[in-house]
Amino acid sequence: MTTFDELPIKSNSDVVLVRQHVRTAAVDVGLSLVDQTKVVTAASELARNALVYAGGGQVRIEIVNNGIRKGLRLAFSDTGPGIPDIPQALTDGWTTGGGLGLGLSGSRRLVDEFDLQSAPGEGTLITVTKWAR
Amino acid sequence: MGVTLSVHADAGRRRIEELLQENEEPVFKRWLEIAGSSSNGHVDRGSLVGQLRELYQALRQSFGESSDSSDLRGLLAELSRSRARQGFTPTETAIVVFGLKEALYEIVENDGSPEALRGFVWFSRVIDELGLFTMESYAAARERIIIDQAEQLLELSTPVVKLWEGIVAVPLVGTLDSARTQVVMEKLLQTLVDTGSEHAVIDITGVPAVDTQVAQHLLKTVVAARLMGAECVISGIRPQIAHTIVTLGIEFGDIVTKASLADALAHALRQSGIEFVKHRGTRIAVRTVEE
Amino acid sequence: MDRVPVLKLGDILIVSIQIDLQDQSVLALQEDLADRVVATGARGVIIDITAVEIVDSFIGRMLATIAAISRMLDAETVVVGMRPAVAITLVELGLSLGGVRTALNLEKGVALLNHLDGAQIVTAAQ
Repeated sequence: MTTFDELPIKSNSDVVLVRQHVRTAAVDVGLSLVDQTKVVTAASELARNALVYAGGGQVRIEIVNNGIRKGLRLAFSDTGPGIPDIPQALTDGWTTGGGLGLGLSGSRRLVDEFDLQSAPGEGTLITVTKWAR
Repeated sequence: MGVTLSVHADAGRRRIEELLQENEEPVFKRWLEIAGSSSNGHVDRGSLVGQLRELYQALRQSFGESSDSSDLRGLLAELSRSRARQGFTPTETAIVVFGLKEALYEIVENDGSPEALRGFVWFSRVIDELGLFTMESYAAARERIIIDQAEQLLELSTPVVKLWEGIVAVPLVGTLDSARTQVVMEKLLQTLVDTGSEHAVIDITGVPAVDTQVAQHLLKTVVAARLMGAECVISGIRPQIAHTIVTLGIEFGDIVTKASLADALAHALRQSGIEFVKHRGTRIAVRTVEE
Repeated sequence: MDRVPVLKLGDILIVSIQIDLQDQSVLALQEDLADRVVATGARGVIIDITAVEIVDSFIGRMLATIAAISRMLDAETVVVGMRPAVAITLVELGLSLGGVRTALNLEKGVALLNHLDGAQIVTAAQ
């Protein structure tokens, strides 16, 4: 009984839309206020990353269940240039886009599970999960 | 071959249904005996009879034309839930279901027909399945109780108290785990907003030990409070804890720490511009200094 | 695109963010504020984020940039009303908002600016 929602990320206003949809889903899953805020913030970072580094992409928002707890899973995918050096990209302060370099590394700290698949020229898929306590 | 088997199985199943109907009283009496003997007087006979009657009817209904077992499962779930809450053991709960097998077996043996024996194998499987379902419900109910109690404990152990106008404190007592520290800290920050307090004291006199994670949570809370426009003082750090924090290499930076809650209060009062003047007597006068 | 209004109260400029900010609105606000600080000769800027549900690294950077620009133009910036959940998230994200002063609410923000200035800035409020 998983429900999901797919949204395109093509412009700045889509980033706002992603935040709102993720917030609604986080409330449905029963995340605490702090956890809602964390996962929405992570979604905002990752959606902006897709926009800035890949010129756009999409997100799949999914409510998942591991038998005991419900959770929120977000999958951000793009067909951009990909990430050549993943460990470096996950380092605090590392940026190629003129930001603070906290997008990836910071988002990872805001969620319970973080999975990054990418190769040069093959786009990027980032899947994050936050479980309800 | 398959067809013959299923015909046999159907015949067996029908025979069991007949036996359950014809011998309702003896089977039920024997079942009650088995189920009751295991309960060590936990449950009064009257309500057990009621429960088993309902179960018996629901079981027969589930064998009937409609083969609807939702009533039966509902009753079993309810039984396991209430038994889990009343402190019955898993065995005492499971025997209620499995006891029916033994009760019926005596009747089947007397009947002696091949259909009845074949049917009993099928019946056995059904009861096993229901028994497992009962155990699952029982475990889920126990799990729920544990979660509820953990939540109650969290609520109980996190008072945020007002020490002075604009100064609040959380006296932490007992072992801190990551989840509990998080809850306390969220509550503290919310209290700062609700009361407009610019000073907070986190007193850890009653905390026997801290690990890296807990120390990190304490630090993060102080930083978060600063982001909101409030200052935190940590007081009551025991020598062992100070030792741990230094050994773990955790940087407390410019965070104010005080030996006792009293020192921390005095510090917070000074910071908010309140001055204590000790007169010749034992009286202590408090004066707010206007800036 | 929504524009965030900038209010003037005595020597203080007040911005209250009430909407889910788009990145362009954030950049526009940054420019508007710098212009208004110069035009009004304001000594303080208060940014009220009581209604803001999330602050990500982009908005966090905007706050730090506004504070830095205002300081060059001789105005102090105070961010007020940050929600606990937002503060906890920012800490976890690794954003410290260095150089930005904060206060619990608007009233305390005004008091902080007055205190910093060493004189009563807000005469309009009396």
